[in-house]
Amino acid sequence: MTMSEGDLAVAQIRFVSAATIEGRPAPASMTGAIGWLRANLLSTPFNIVLTILIVLLLAWVIPGLVKFLLIDAVWSGSDRDACREFVQKREIGACWPFVWERWSYFVYGSYPIPDRWRVDAFFAMLAVGVVWMLWLDAPRRSLGAAYFFLVLPISSFILLTGWQAIGLEPVDTVLWGGILVTIVVASVGIICSLPFGILLALGRRSRMPAVRLFSVIFIEFVRGVPLVTVLFMASVMLPLFVPEHLSPDKLVRALIGIALFASAYMAEVVRAGLQAIPKGQFEGAMAVGLSYSQMTRLIILPQALKVTIPNIVNTYIGLFKDTTLVFIVGIFDFLRTVEVARIDPKWAAPVTSTTGYAVAAVFYLIFCYAMSRYARAMEIRLGKGDRH
Amino acid sequence: MSTTADGALRIKPTQLNTGVAVEIVDLNKWYGDFHVLRDINLKVLGGERIVICGPSGSGKSTVIRCINRLEEHQQGRIVVDGVELTNDLKKIDEVRREVGMVFQHFNLFPHLTVLENCSLAPIWVRKMPKREAEEIAQHYLKRVKIPEQAAKYPGQLSGGQQQRVAIARALCMNPKIMLFDEPTSALDPEMVKEVLDTMVGLAEDGMTMLVVTHEMGFARQVANRIVFMDTGQIIEANVPEEFFNHPQHERTKLFLSQILR
Repeated sequence: MTMSEGDLAVAQIRFVSAATIEGRPAPASMTGAIGWLRANLLSTPFNIVLTILIVLLLAWVIPGLVKFLLIDAVWSGSDRDACREFVQKREIGACWPFVWERWSYFVYGSYPIPDRWRVDAFFAMLAVGVVWMLWLDAPRRSLGAAYFFLVLPISSFILLTGWQAIGLEPVDTVLWGGILVTIVVASVGIICSLPFGILLALGRRSRMPAVRLFSVIFIEFVRGVPLVTVLFMASVMLPLFVPEHLSPDKLVRALIGIALFASAYMAEVVRAGLQAIPKGQFEGAMAVGLSYSQMTRLIILPQALKVTIPNIVNTYIGLFKDTTLVFIVGIFDFLRTVEVARIDPKWAAPVTSTTGYAVAAVFYLIFCYAMSRYARAMEIRLGKGDRH
Repeated sequence: MSTTADGALRIKPTQLNTGVAVEIVDLNKWYGDFHVLRDINLKVLGGERIVICGPSGSGKSTVIRCINRLEEHQQGRIVVDGVELTNDLKKIDEVRREVGMVFQHFNLFPHLTVLENCSLAPIWVRKMPKREAEEIAQHYLKRVKIPEQAAKYPGQLSGGQQQRVAIARALCMNPKIMLFDEPTSALDPEMVKEVLDTMVGLAEDGMTMLVVTHEMGFARQVANRIVFMDTGQIIEANVPEEFFNHPQHERTKLFLSQILR
């Protein structure tokens, strides 16, 4: 039977679904390893070119790194002769015995050897506090916060600087160095910058002109000056105005400088987050009767900080690396101890500097990458309210 | 629901509280040079349900936003439940505690669950124990017919559900007056009815309501009075039957002819 023109038209116009169509699995090309490769590495010609370039780059870099750090590396020895091609008559990679011998200097600086357990105790206490704070499902987190923000700073201060009354010999901060200083400077900067930054950001948006003016001047002044200048001013200029016996310790001055500097940057980061909160959130909070401080604390900041986590961590990572600048005012941070050790005549060899810098690079990489990963995990966790 | 033949709620005059819930006298407001509200006078009795309508830009939202001081006014008096709104922050807080508001775009707090959205204000503003506040929140969520969504986040709900959560959130503060700022304008057509039904339920319970809306069916059914605004002033106010059947002002007639087809 042939269809007449009329039948055809009817067939096209009228349609009634006869059955519910069940969902079927996606085609194999979309799933599994091949699907992943196609979607992520080979999806477009441009992507294919990038993938090839990256593979070539890795093929060029990785063998050299492995050769230098592991295959050709020297693993034992007592002085420079172990790491010299001229003496060993072979190609020489990283000079690890130099690192083994100088490691305690990298960690403690010139902190008196019999008292180094105090630094270890500080590291352990800090580690406990950091884990307690960063592990979001940890038990008794409010107790953890009290420990982290109250007990830890005070006891660390006593432990590291000493207190005669309880038998801890005072240790001048001039002797502090290495990872100890880097960690102290970075933690003080990280811990102080967020609350001060938040206050400055709120101040800059305040309706009170005096508060706003102060915040703007502080932020713009500090941001308009290089960190090196802030550090110089804190350590060289301050003693000119303040009598010597009143002026604070050199390390403390640098800490204050870093904390102020980081706060100004943090303020702008937080302000960007505040700016991103829709007006309706403020109105909704006001309409249910929340006060300004309740609204800020319960509604606005949680949302603003959430959207700024990537930027906050970015600032933290920058800050962590900026701590290396304290060497300019004569403070021996980790990088500076590496610098000093690498020119030690005992280990003078062509590969010593490279080895030292490789250690420094790995150290900073581990910390910065850890911060970055943690922030990513946090974003995913906090993103659960975002599904639309 | 007890309704008369023409669909209006049957509320006898004696069911109205005699007290004045909101009194607005000679209210004037400017945005910069622009005169948005001009000599507004409106007295709302306890238990009264006022629908404010008018073209966009007529100032109708601004009026109700002045009542809980989301907008400041420059001239005139606004007295809400016996408290005059001035720059005194305490007075403003006092008024906001007694006045609930529902917004066009819900303004729920996206980082809190539905239950937390509802219990937040009772806990922090009324200083209620958490357990009690959550019971109240559950009670009102049941009333707006979404108790099963309590643990979800607002972003996981449909528009209509979100707006009902917003109504429950406002009710949790046990307000004397409820303000609705175009509560159904941002909703998909399918969701409008569930929100309007919730509001009708509130009206039946005797809540004092000021509603800015374009839903004329709702106005006819629920309002005691309809206020029509244009260019920042009140053009006409009347009971629904008179307003719809015998509009007096030319502007009202034009407006009605355009929206009622």
